[in-house]
Amino acid sequence: MAFSPVPPGTAKGYTIGDVATDFELKNIDGNTVSLADYKEAKGFLVIFTCNTCPYSVAYEDRIIALDQKYKVLGVPVIAINPNNPKVQAGDSFEKMKQRAKEKNFTFPYLLDEGQKIFPQYGAQRTPHVFLLENQSKGYVVRYIGAIDDNYADADKVTEPFVENAVDAMLNGQEISVTNTRAIGCTIKT
Amino acid sequence: MKFVFPFLILLMVLTACQPDKKKNTMNFLDESTPKNMVEGPDFSVPVYDFDEFETLLEQDDEYTYIINFWATWCAPCVTELPFFEKLGAAYPDEKIRVVLVNLDMAKMWDSHLVPFLEKRDLKSYVLVLDDPSQNSWIPKVDKDWSGAIPATLIYNKRQRKFYEKPFSFEELQTELNTFLNHRTHETSDHSTDTRRGTPGFGVQPGTPGNS
Repeated sequence: MAFSPVPPGTAKGYTIGDVATDFELKNIDGNTVSLADYKEAKGFLVIFTCNTCPYSVAYEDRIIALDQKYKVLGVPVIAINPNNPKVQAGDSFEKMKQRAKEKNFTFPYLLDEGQKIFPQYGAQRTPHVFLLENQSKGYVVRYIGAIDDNYADADKVTEPFVENAVDAMLNGQEISVTNTRAIGCTIKT
Repeated sequence: MKFVFPFLILLMVLTACQPDKKKNTMNFLDESTPKNMVEGPDFSVPVYDFDEFETLLEQDDEYTYIINFWATWCAPCVTELPFFEKLGAAYPDEKIRVVLVNLDMAKMWDSHLVPFLEKRDLKSYVLVLDDPSQNSWIPKVDKDWSGAIPATLIYNKRQRKFYEKPFSFEELQTELNTFLNHRTHETSDHSTDTRRGTPGFGVQPGTPGNS
């Protein structure tokens, strides 16, 4: 079993207000995707997720719904699988393609090849959401955390954290909850 | 004395008015009330929501509690479970209690958790924490916990430390020793109590060291 050289609890990453790095990562369609490709985007929901984590699977439909709701408003979902496929075979590039096809992902599903990107963001688990706002100074981190407050049942959600954050951002309002936590799978390194 | 009496009376009134004294004083392993049970073929595992579970984080007794958060789907958690299982045998003369807090989702209890427990025959006390409002309870376990597992809380009356990382057995022993060294000059009736097989609680007892 390979463990992360940096334990998850001590990983440094972005905090609210930081400018996030762009990336060039391979998408399941074979193309490379960067944030800079989206000239018109007002922001991004960068979601570190994977095939194998039960929490990621539980949120797949809700991630698709977020993309469908917010892509048209200028805030598309960019999903990134941060796991090392050598450690977690179910998260290989081939399996990613397969899962995306089965679930009809409407968003790019990128592999963090070499695992250079997730540590910069400070992603600690899957799924882990980073809402970025496309500002003149760069991609500014506006929200970090969970999608909502009930993984088990989408109908029982009382606080849709991500939707609240995106709505506030798009309306130029203050985001009231900017950091949330959830149980998730550690990123396999 | 003039001030002391009214103060004492006030204190008594305040104490009497506390609606529920079970926090801090309840012996969790004996007195807590699970909201549900996961039933296996010859064992059952109690299920808690966080409100009830929280008392386990505030036990005020002579024991050192080693509380490990894990799930069957978490590979590094499963890797380190045997290390927690070995603690009872490694510290026969210390008052320690190992509690394995499972975080499998309800829909995985029958399909994953029960078969796992059947196969592993865990000796430690096992319970399920099933509370979807994670953003509110995760910081109550530790203010810095991101929610990633494995994670472990070790505490006793004197100290408390939270670890958001996987352990090797040696690392676990090193950490636990820092809690137990304070005890060496104390007198106590050295006994290990892993509370396994308490009726209606945890997994059933078995012979040690076969997992």
